[in-house]
Amino acid sequence: MHPTDFTLAGAVAALEEGVISAEELTRAHVEAVEALNPRLNALITVTADQAMEAARASDARRKRGEAGPLEGIPLAIKDLFCTEGVQTTAGSKILEGFIPPYESTVTSQLKRDGAVFLGKANLDEFAMGSSNLTSAYGGVLNPWSRRNDPDARLVPGGSSGGSAAAVAARMALGATGTDTGGSIRQPAAFCGIAGIKPTYGRCSRFGIVAYASSLDQAGPFGRTVEDCAILLRSMAGFDPKDSTSADRPVPDFAAACGRSVKGLRIGVPREYHMDGMPAEIEKLWRQGLDWLREAGAEIVDISLPHARYALPTYYIVAPAEASSNLARYDGVRFGKRVAEPNSDLRDLYERTRAAGFGAEVRRRIMIGTYVLSAGYYDAYYLKAQKVRALIARDFREAWSKVDAILAPATPSAAFAEGENSDDPVQMYLNDVFTVTANLAGLPGLSVPAGLDPQGLPLGLQVLGRPFDEETVFAVGAALERAADFRALPGMRAGA
Amino acid sequence: MSLDTATVRRVAALARIRLEEEEVARVQGELNGILGWIEQLQAVNTDGIEPMSGGTPEGIAAMPLRDDVVTDGGQAAKILANAPDSEGEYFSVPKVVE
Repeated sequence: MHPTDFTLAGAVAALEEGVISAEELTRAHVEAVEALNPRLNALITVTADQAMEAARASDARRKRGEAGPLEGIPLAIKDLFCTEGVQTTAGSKILEGFIPPYESTVTSQLKRDGAVFLGKANLDEFAMGSSNLTSAYGGVLNPWSRRNDPDARLVPGGSSGGSAAAVAARMALGATGTDTGGSIRQPAAFCGIAGIKPTYGRCSRFGIVAYASSLDQAGPFGRTVEDCAILLRSMAGFDPKDSTSADRPVPDFAAACGRSVKGLRIGVPREYHMDGMPAEIEKLWRQGLDWLREAGAEIVDISLPHARYALPTYYIVAPAEASSNLARYDGVRFGKRVAEPNSDLRDLYERTRAAGFGAEVRRRIMIGTYVLSAGYYDAYYLKAQKVRALIARDFREAWSKVDAILAPATPSAAFAEGENSDDPVQMYLNDVFTVTANLAGLPGLSVPAGLDPQGLPLGLQVLGRPFDEETVFAVGAALERAADFRALPGMRAGA
Repeated sequence: MSLDTATVRRVAALARIRLEEEEVARVQGELNGILGWIEQLQAVNTDGIEPMSGGTPEGIAAMPLRDDVVTDGGQAAKILANAPDSEGEYFSVPKVVE
């Protein structure tokens, strides 16, 4: 067996048993990165030398009996997490060459637990996108391809497209992502892997480049639900440096993957049956419900009457927060500066931001600036915050009837570069099933569950109560067992 | 509500993003497309609804307060390390006061 074929859990066991060393495991992944990254463009920065050094240090720790829970596990880190001494770009030209002098809390916890970082994964610029095509460092190729059109360049989804592609192509055993409107769950579904956005507050946002602070959450990608559970345990936990991080214990999420779903009540939101939804998505959803029913769960119809307003609500709240968060990129303290010899300070700001930000980021900053501007605040931003409260209330009412909710992860399989790109709103519709969880602060897990007629992966999504990721993992693992998803992308290490 | 070109220019100026004259029409079209789409929120009855201002789900403990004391500092070199231009322990910008 090639070392890149391990699941993360399998690699943890193999390292413990001494079947493989961290150095051998990391070398196999570094070689996979070297072989595949030129085609996939999944990593913006490759830190091969640091990875090999970290792997040797990991083997030494194990020898001393100091192995952590992720000891020697090679991961890809979304290039939105600040990593001390390693360039962090957020997929933007405005941060090209930015070397953080500090480490994000999530990545420092992964390091604390022994993980090895292979490099920084590509993403939509400032995590704004659903295709990875807004990255200033080029798009990422999805390692899957269409059966009848193998040359079409499919997107991996976004914004965490590089993370998802790297895990699917077996360049890394797992990866970090962030999810503001679906940026973990949609690329996980497009790339045939698992990914979870935990409850808002479960992971610290300290050191993660901010997009929309009331929606952003970090979470892991893995090739199995259990792999996500193992990673999330290391990533999660209270951090005094993030006032919104939750001061509550972190459960053993991996143990929850083995829980039975017998007797659980699974909600089916009737509003998620949408006109024009592809038949294969509807079919997979029904199949998922059948699997859970066979495993002993009870299926309950529920209503989320305001869910249809989630996307327009998101496209007020997120740009508003982004316009405020991204005000810091001013060409003065860090990042790119663009100025003419006779530029005054204001001209320096305006030239720097026009040249440093890509079109989608500029668009969202301007929408956010407008909805927050005097005279329009009540009509747009305040209104959106009230609709957001109604969306959250719909879920609270649902939790009195059900323990978890099952929905599709995305309205389609991966699309090709160039599709969905003429109209920004068309691209935004990709997040129709995922964005509600961000607005309500809930955990959501995407699980690969089937293939479309073109042989592309499709995902199901499990939503849960706040801080009840354990039930989400239990339901996700039950779906995974029933689906027995074994299809593999054409482009992968060892293939 | 539809933005005219003067409003598009004003929003770009507020956002401190330079907008070239030839870009105005395209940006106006894109922004109006998005604003037209989010207009549907006006149909939702939100009478008496308290706005949700953060991401923390209701019923979860509010943000904690900490003592108002200095917890960090004395790292000028680190803070300046990524500056495009600096002098001594200061960020440099074009002259703002004559």
